[in-house]
Amino acid sequence: MNNYTISGSPHVHSTENTQKIMCRVFLALVPALLVAIYYFGWYALRLTIVTVAACMLTEWIIQKFLIKGPLTINDGSAAVTGLLLAFNVPANLPIWMAIVGSVVAIGIGKMPYGGLGKNPFNPALVGRVFMLVSFPTAMTTWPQANPIFEKGFFADAITGPTPLGILKESGAGTLAEMGDMQFLDMVLGNRGGAFGEVCAIALLIGAIYLLIRKVIDWQTPLTILLTVFVFTGICHLIDHETFIAPWYHLVYGGLILGAFFMATDMVTTPMTVKGKILFGFGVGLITVVIRLWGAYPEGVSFAILIMNAFTPLINKAFKPQVFGVVKPSKK
Amino acid sequence: MAKKESSLKNMLVALFVITAVSGGLLGLVYGMTKDAIAEVDLKKNQAAIEAVLNTGTPIERIEEAVVGELPCNLAYDAEGNLLGAAVKTYSNTGFNGRIELMVGILADGTINAVSVLSQSETPGLGANMVQPKFKDQFNGKNPESFNLKVKKDGGDVDAITAATISSRAFTGAVKLACDSFEAHKSEFMKGGTDHE
Amino acid sequence: MSNNLQTFTKGLIKENPILVLLLGCCPTLATTTSAINGMSMGLATTFVLIMSNLVISLLKGFIPDKVRIPCFIVVIASFVTIVQLVMQAYVPDIYETLGLFIPLIVVNCIVLGRAEAFASKNPVFPSILDGAGMGLGFTLALTVLGCIREFLGSGSIFGMGILPETANILVFILPPGAFICLGFVIAIVNKFKKESH
Repeated sequence: MNNYTISGSPHVHSTENTQKIMCRVFLALVPALLVAIYYFGWYALRLTIVTVAACMLTEWIIQKFLIKGPLTINDGSAAVTGLLLAFNVPANLPIWMAIVGSVVAIGIGKMPYGGLGKNPFNPALVGRVFMLVSFPTAMTTWPQANPIFEKGFFADAITGPTPLGILKESGAGTLAEMGDMQFLDMVLGNRGGAFGEVCAIALLIGAIYLLIRKVIDWQTPLTILLTVFVFTGICHLIDHETFIAPWYHLVYGGLILGAFFMATDMVTTPMTVKGKILFGFGVGLITVVIRLWGAYPEGVSFAILIMNAFTPLINKAFKPQVFGVVKPSKK
Repeated sequence: MAKKESSLKNMLVALFVITAVSGGLLGLVYGMTKDAIAEVDLKKNQAAIEAVLNTGTPIERIEEAVVGELPCNLAYDAEGNLLGAAVKTYSNTGFNGRIELMVGILADGTINAVSVLSQSETPGLGANMVQPKFKDQFNGKNPESFNLKVKKDGGDVDAITAATISSRAFTGAVKLACDSFEAHKSEFMKGGTDHE
Repeated sequence: MSNNLQTFTKGLIKENPILVLLLGCCPTLATTTSAINGMSMGLATTFVLIMSNLVISLLKGFIPDKVRIPCFIVVIASFVTIVQLVMQAYVPDIYETLGLFIPLIVVNCIVLGRAEAFASKNPVFPSILDGAGMGLGFTLALTVLGCIREFLGSGSIFGMGILPETANILVFILPPGAFICLGFVIAIVNKFKKESH
């Protein structure tokens, strides 16, 4: 009889369960998905269907035939992993690569550790980084936004650079020339990039919904955004030529997607408020270092994975105090 | 068999005998393989030079020289005319550490071929610089008419897909070799005839 | 005789140095980028293992206990240097790709481990068999890993192209791929060992 987990009181009665939380995360990602379909058409839809299906199928096969344990496929966590994975890759990625990424996300990033709740790393990011290292050309050839009402639903994608890619290769000067007038495009998502990350507005709508529903906390995303803003701001003040203004760093690349949807994952991030702030600071710092000085143009996914590895340590360092126990004095 | 007691004498004798025998054995093997190793090294160096200076004319004599700060090997034909130079060049502006190339430049300044000596660029991206598709585009080009810059910077070089930085570093290294050789070429032309 | 046979075969699967004892993981992870590299590394190590086991077994009565480790290391290092010189002279291509990892055979735990655990306590013939079995087990593991990584990462096995270049999953010839592959191979071996019990 090991059906019940016993933990210290006080207990809070709640109707929350994994399925409900995952359902809300899924819902919160819908606006960004719709925007992506608007800009990238058939490619975005096809990619999403493939990754979600592949993730769920992989989890089902592993649970059914390898673990032979209870099937938890209905809790929706595999579907959310698939959706987030799709959000992180170029819309025109070949289908077989997307399937490899999904199998890796679930088969290496999640199930070997024992399934949901036991994985130390965010599975979607494991899949994403695996693909980035394995298929560098395909994973860094981004389709340009291509609104379906102008070009049609099945229009071929035209590839082009992302803002961060331009920044890495040609320096801040080139970007500044095309920069200012495009800020609105950046926020609305009319730019090149992974399909789920392009529209900051749609992502923020989803994030606000999650915040209201208390699925995520505000501490981690806010610390990440603040750290990135302050750090890049200091660099910008020191050297205008090399470093672009900090507000661009907030909307470029996958920062908003990462900060609100991946750095807030309940399983792989710290539990306490202090821990969350430290986690967010680390993610922001590593992101900026990779963006400004690293080999890859974008560093959010690496930053979150690295901080995932620190999560157990952070949890240990910022343990909540046991209720009613007086700390022994340090004498 | 009983173990020897760990007395000072026993330990000294054991260590001395074992190291002496090992040393002697290694000396023997070294002597046997020395010539073969030297030959392999020589062949490798020669093959690298010949690969970038292969024009159909047989190389009679190879001479070491320095152009600017770069070491190079000058190749002369049977009549003592300068065929070209294999210049060892480098770039520190790659994605990941130093890139070392050997550029074969003919006497008139035309690039004959480029070979990659060492690089540690990202596999699948910058590391594709070793592919003929990228590096062979320099073959037969003369820097006078062929602008040694990637297309993105207004030159004539087709960059590797999604690896502009590596392409730029590679092109820069080739340009460095060409410029250094061009600046010092006249010395060797004369030097070559002096030897006759 | 059956005892001798067992001494030889235990290194292949049951006490495989990589997959069961987890000794010598550094060269395993670093040199298995292709099947031929893995196999060459394995064979070089096998040679060193057999020779060092042979010599140490012969000398076991001569070496006092307190200086046994330095003596073992000198013997092992000598054979490693011989392998290195011979490879440099006659198979320069493989020597170049394995590079630093050939001298590092000296500190491979398997070699010193077998010298300490087996050769210094057993007669000459079983020691040779033990070295050969362990060495071949090591070679087997490295070759299997090399095959898997080369197939997934470069689309070929022993240099024979099978898949087109576009189908390569590059991570498998990079360090992370080595860890992932080794983990899964060990998991599979454990699964079969459990079932056979």
